[in-house]
Amino acid sequence: MKCVGKNVLRAEGEDKVTGRAKYIDDLSFPGMIYGHTVRSSVARGRILSVARDPAFDWGGFTLVDHRAIPPGGRNIVAMIVEDQPFLAVDEVRHREEPILLIAHADPERLAEAVAHIEVHYAPEPAVLDLEHATTVLKELTISKGDLEQGFAQADRVVEGSYFTGAQEQLYIEPNGVIAVPGVDGKSITVYGSMQCPYYVQRALRLLLGLDETQVRVVQTTTGGGFGGKEEYPSILAGHAALLACAAGRPVKMVYDRLEDLVATTKRHPARIRHRTGVQRDGTLVAMEIEVDLDGGAYVTLSPVVLSRASIHATGPYRAPHVRVRGRVLQTNTPPTGAFRGFGAPQSQFGIELHMDRIAEELGIDPVALRQKNLYASGDVTATGQRLDGSVSAHEVLERALQRHVKKKRPKKKDGLLRGTGVATFFHGSGFTGGGEVKLASRAGIELTPRNVRLLVGSTEIGQGTRTMHAQIVADTLAIPYEWVETADPDTARVPDSGPTVASRTCMVVGRILQRAALDLQQALGPYRTPDEFRRRSRKLLAKRPALQFIAQYDRPGDIRWDDATYQGDAYGAYAWGCNIADVEVDPITYQARCTRLTAVIDIGKAIHPLLACGQIEGGSLQAVGWALYEEVVMRDGRMANGQLTNYIIPTTLDTPEILVELVENPYPHGPFGAKGVGECPVDGPAAAILNAIRQATGVRLNAIPATPEKIMQAMDAR
Amino acid sequence: MKSPVRQFELLRPRTLREALTMLHNESGLVPLAGGTDLLVLMNAGTLPRGTHRFLDLWGLDELRSIRRTLIGRRPQLVFGALTTFTDCISSRTVLRDLPILAQAAREVGGPQIQNRGTLGGNIGNASPAADSLPVLRAADTELVLSSVAGERRIPLADYFTGYRTSVRRSDELITAIEVLVPPGKQSFRKVGTRAAQAISKVVLAAIGKRIALGSVAPTVVRATSVERYLAAGGSEFETARELLTDDIHPIDDIRSTAAYRLRVAQNLLGQLPTFQR
Repeated sequence: MKCVGKNVLRAEGEDKVTGRAKYIDDLSFPGMIYGHTVRSSVARGRILSVARDPAFDWGGFTLVDHRAIPPGGRNIVAMIVEDQPFLAVDEVRHREEPILLIAHADPERLAEAVAHIEVHYAPEPAVLDLEHATTVLKELTISKGDLEQGFAQADRVVEGSYFTGAQEQLYIEPNGVIAVPGVDGKSITVYGSMQCPYYVQRALRLLLGLDETQVRVVQTTTGGGFGGKEEYPSILAGHAALLACAAGRPVKMVYDRLEDLVATTKRHPARIRHRTGVQRDGTLVAMEIEVDLDGGAYVTLSPVVLSRASIHATGPYRAPHVRVRGRVLQTNTPPTGAFRGFGAPQSQFGIELHMDRIAEELGIDPVALRQKNLYASGDVTATGQRLDGSVSAHEVLERALQRHVKKKRPKKKDGLLRGTGVATFFHGSGFTGGGEVKLASRAGIELTPRNVRLLVGSTEIGQGTRTMHAQIVADTLAIPYEWVETADPDTARVPDSGPTVASRTCMVVGRILQRAALDLQQALGPYRTPDEFRRRSRKLLAKRPALQFIAQYDRPGDIRWDDATYQGDAYGAYAWGCNIADVEVDPITYQARCTRLTAVIDIGKAIHPLLACGQIEGGSLQAVGWALYEEVVMRDGRMANGQLTNYIIPTTLDTPEILVELVENPYPHGPFGAKGVGECPVDGPAAAILNAIRQATGVRLNAIPATPEKIMQAMDAR
Repeated sequence: MKSPVRQFELLRPRTLREALTMLHNESGLVPLAGGTDLLVLMNAGTLPRGTHRFLDLWGLDELRSIRRTLIGRRPQLVFGALTTFTDCISSRTVLRDLPILAQAAREVGGPQIQNRGTLGGNIGNASPAADSLPVLRAADTELVLSSVAGERRIPLADYFTGYRTSVRRSDELITAIEVLVPPGKQSFRKVGTRAAQAISKVVLAAIGKRIALGSVAPTVVRATSVERYLAAGGSEFETARELLTDDIHPIDDIRSTAAYRLRVAQNLLGQLPTFQR
């Protein structure tokens, strides 16, 4: 009967494949009208005037600007720093910044009306990329040992700079919400495609000056997120809510692909600099690292992205003397934001290319160099965290080498250049540092006469949350998987389980659910069979109807963190991974193609192996896209290729053969030993691919995407 | 859909005659075949101003055929303008006489686009990146333009007048494409942004010593200097490679760079059998 570790039927699968599942654009409410956003057409400037064409018939339109925010509410998107408005007041800091909202019952008339609105600006000089950015939005330093002493012990110092571009999350379903005003005029309900209903609720409360009983947020079936629906839906929900309050009618706002691409968040572009002291035998003795991220025009979540980027910047390697300096710089571009991996893919791209450079300069095999320096149990990280147990850096590398059997070269000469590259990486599960303690997430279970129902704010966004949570609870209670159902994430019904981000939904929230299940078990008293469980639950329900067992995050006793010094246990546990990539480069067209990618990842325990492998395959492919194809072309601060014909993601024909192997080195505080899985597959492939291109062509690229144009340039420069 | 669909008007002629009459009698009608170019613009709201009346050609079955005749000993393929890329891929005639057309058709979008996209539309849309055009240009291709006044034949070489412009009058329709296939080994290579569903960065088609390129100039072009050199008995790739710089004029855009397009065009030239000894 045990279902953990088995590929049970996906909880919401049938609804999705039969088309019964309703996405936000499938929903309608009586009297609903459609909203649209008027956005800035300059990268930076003062707004002089917003003029409506008096000749146009404005009957039936609802128009809203920052003045519509009710007294008691604030024109601030609730995040880390209070710098971003829902609607621009007198200045704009980036292209596509929302200025005005407009709604009408006929969505076709919106486009007509927008053509009759003119915004006049006094443009100001804008900073459009990281290269020219100077304003620091956030800075942090991680120190270990004494860098000077480290370099004094080094036989050699190796330097390198590495660059990664922006990337679009490209969920299949664009951002969308429907805001429904309450009949009392003092409450609002927002339905939408999102990762974090409680983030949206908090943002709406601040915007409208309402309390939590007056703002209800319901997640609808969501077609992917990848971080792109972590913070952005708060803004969109705020816009729809303002229109709905002004019109007194439900308002639907669903972005089309163009708007979603040009206006919403992307992965932070990054510049990583390394200066590494290394001994002749390959031992790393000093690592000096600079991580610079392009945060765009507002702070948003960048400080936490920087935190994860900086902590992962050393890669999974031990060094006695380390200094990481991380900075987020401001540019006049749409704010960058959460994207699967959250800074770690950028900084580990840097170290993994750098490791190959070190190996080359020392004349050591890159695998041997890694084996010499990879973390083992007992090692201490740059933040001073002692790694005990569940450290698999060596094991994942060994198993990847075994799995990635060398292929025979084709007999027939095809002129293609071939190479193989390696990357090893790690990924902290859950919020960084004291984040989980601050979140104090809650989740629980309610008993119903027929089954148990999970009350959890974590969202199903395609990754398998519902299935995996139900498996954890079913096995903890020793009842069939089919007896566990999940309430829809609705702030009026489920507790705040924290955001659905940071590879925390299984390890952290799964564990909370498991503890709630144990509380339930305690209340029921001993039972031997599922039927007995049911009899006892009914008896208990008769006495105490609507019985809920809500548990809260409980810090594993041995974890400590100091935010002021950036020292301590950065994460409760780490996933460990290794990628090996085969690449072919065509010397006629300079196109690089990844033909085979091995991914061996230690995730503690695969609750649902098929879903876990699916996550790893999908994440790997997303990284292949980031490495070779996906380029956000910016012109004057705006994405110039905001359509899928020109923003190139890999198709099936561009997809390598992906070999996934799971390693299960359990984490004692995770449910059944589970650690995080969602993000780590994105950390390694880009570096493995570029290391392979180096081997294939002899050219060293230090920036992604490695487009044919860049490969040609590099080959010419040889 | 960013365009106001409600304002659109779609005229649906039942016969070619009726279509030509509509084109003649009414101004501002835009011919719509498979819609694979126009619907993209409609969705993005980027149709040229004033474009809201369309002439739906899809029902005109008389424009849907592939016929083969012999002119002397050379095969001539006559395509109705509504011949789709799928038709080209599955035509035994095309596969035998002009296999590179089938090859080009296979690389247009995906199967859904291949089912709707037409040869006539590919020419009418006049994009320099159209995948079928270098093939047609490497052959001897004439277009039949029809209007209520009758037909005229224009060599494809004289059809385009610049970037997305042509000699077609607004009362005319492309009704047939007549392709006389010259002798010689055929080759085709499209270099796109990815392995499928890609817009081309460089396309090269060659039949014998006739070489045509796409995406490297405002219109599809022939490598006339290179061809002249070859016709005069030249065979050095280094020379041909240099000459090609006179024949093409690539630009930087969001898909690629002028330098890349030139180099890859030269590299593709070097792959032709003429230079592979």
